[in-house]
Amino acid sequence: MQILRTEGKSIEVLLVEDSPGDVRLTKEAFREANEAVHVNVVADGVEAMAFLNQIGNYFRAPRPDLILLDLNLPKMDGREVLARIKNDDSLKTIPTVILSTSEAAADIEKSYELHANCYLNKPVLFDAFDSLVKNINNFWLTEVTLPRQEQSVLVSN
Amino acid sequence: MQIIGNNGVNIEVLLVEDSPGDVRLTLEAFHGANPAVHLNIAADGAEAMEFLNREGKHARAPRPDLILLDLNLPKMDGREVLAKIKTHSILKTIPTVILTTSEAEADISKSYQLHANCYLRKPVQLDVFESLVESINDFWLTAVRLPQQS
Repeated sequence: MQILRTEGKSIEVLLVEDSPGDVRLTKEAFREANEAVHVNVVADGVEAMAFLNQIGNYFRAPRPDLILLDLNLPKMDGREVLARIKNDDSLKTIPTVILSTSEAAADIEKSYELHANCYLNKPVLFDAFDSLVKNINNFWLTEVTLPRQEQSVLVSN
Repeated sequence: MQIIGNNGVNIEVLLVEDSPGDVRLTLEAFHGANPAVHLNIAADGAEAMEFLNREGKHARAPRPDLILLDLNLPKMDGREVLAKIKTHSILKTIPTVILTTSEAEADISKSYQLHANCYLRKPVQLDVFESLVESINDFWLTAVRLPQQS
C-alpha cells in the first residue's frame, strides 16, 4: 500500500546533489520504492536556498516533506545550506537528511551539531544505494510523522 | 549478523518513559531486534537530565547513542527535556527520537522546531509496536551514521 501524504497529493522530496549519476540512481530507486514520491532536484547550495525560499524560477516550488542534502556542493556548501535551513523559523521543521560519501567524524559531528535530522553515508555499490533509498522511504516516508505542510496550504488558498 | 556500534561495545539507548507497560514492551522488542542494544530507563524528565548529566545515582551513566523520548512525562515534560538536550553544546548531537501517543499537530510541529531528530507515534497494538522498534533499530542503529562517543 502506498502512503499518500497531504490529502492524497504526492510526497515532495528535495534532493540537493551535484552528481548526475547519483541523481539518476536516487530517482530510479524512489520510483521503485514509492510511486507517490516526487523528487525535485537542485544541483548546488544556492539553488537549494532559492527553491526553499521560492525565489526566481522556483516561485511555485512546493515545500518539501523531506530534504536529502549532500555536503560537498558547488557555490554554497551543504553545511551552510543545513545551517540556514535549521536557523530559519519556517524551514527548520523540514526533516533534513545528510546523504554524503564523507565518513569523516568531523563531518558527522558537525552535521548533528547543525541539527541535521540524520546522517547517512552514500554507498558506492548500486545495490546498496537502492536499499538505502528504500530504507529512507520505509522510515522517513512511512514510519515517521512529518510536520504538516503549513506553507503549501497557505499558498493554495 | 549483528551490528555492534561504537567499537564493539554495546549500543546504549536511553528510553525516557513513565509507563511500565511501554518500558517492558520496548525492552522485549529490542531484545528481539538487536541483542547488542542496552536499554537504559529514565521514568521522568528530571531523571533523564540526571542520566544525561551523570548526576546522583547516574554518575556512571554511559552517553546514549540514541534517545527515545516520550512527551508527556512526570516532573519535567518531554518538550522541556528535548529543549534542554538540543540547546546543550555537548548533548545536542545525540539523536533524539520522540515516541509518543500524541497525534496533536502542535506537538508534532513543536518537536521539530525544538530539533527533535524525528517524531514517531507510539502504536497501541503489540505487533505494530514490535515492528516500530524493529524499524528504529534498522534505521537509526544500522543505516544511520551516529556521532562518535566523545
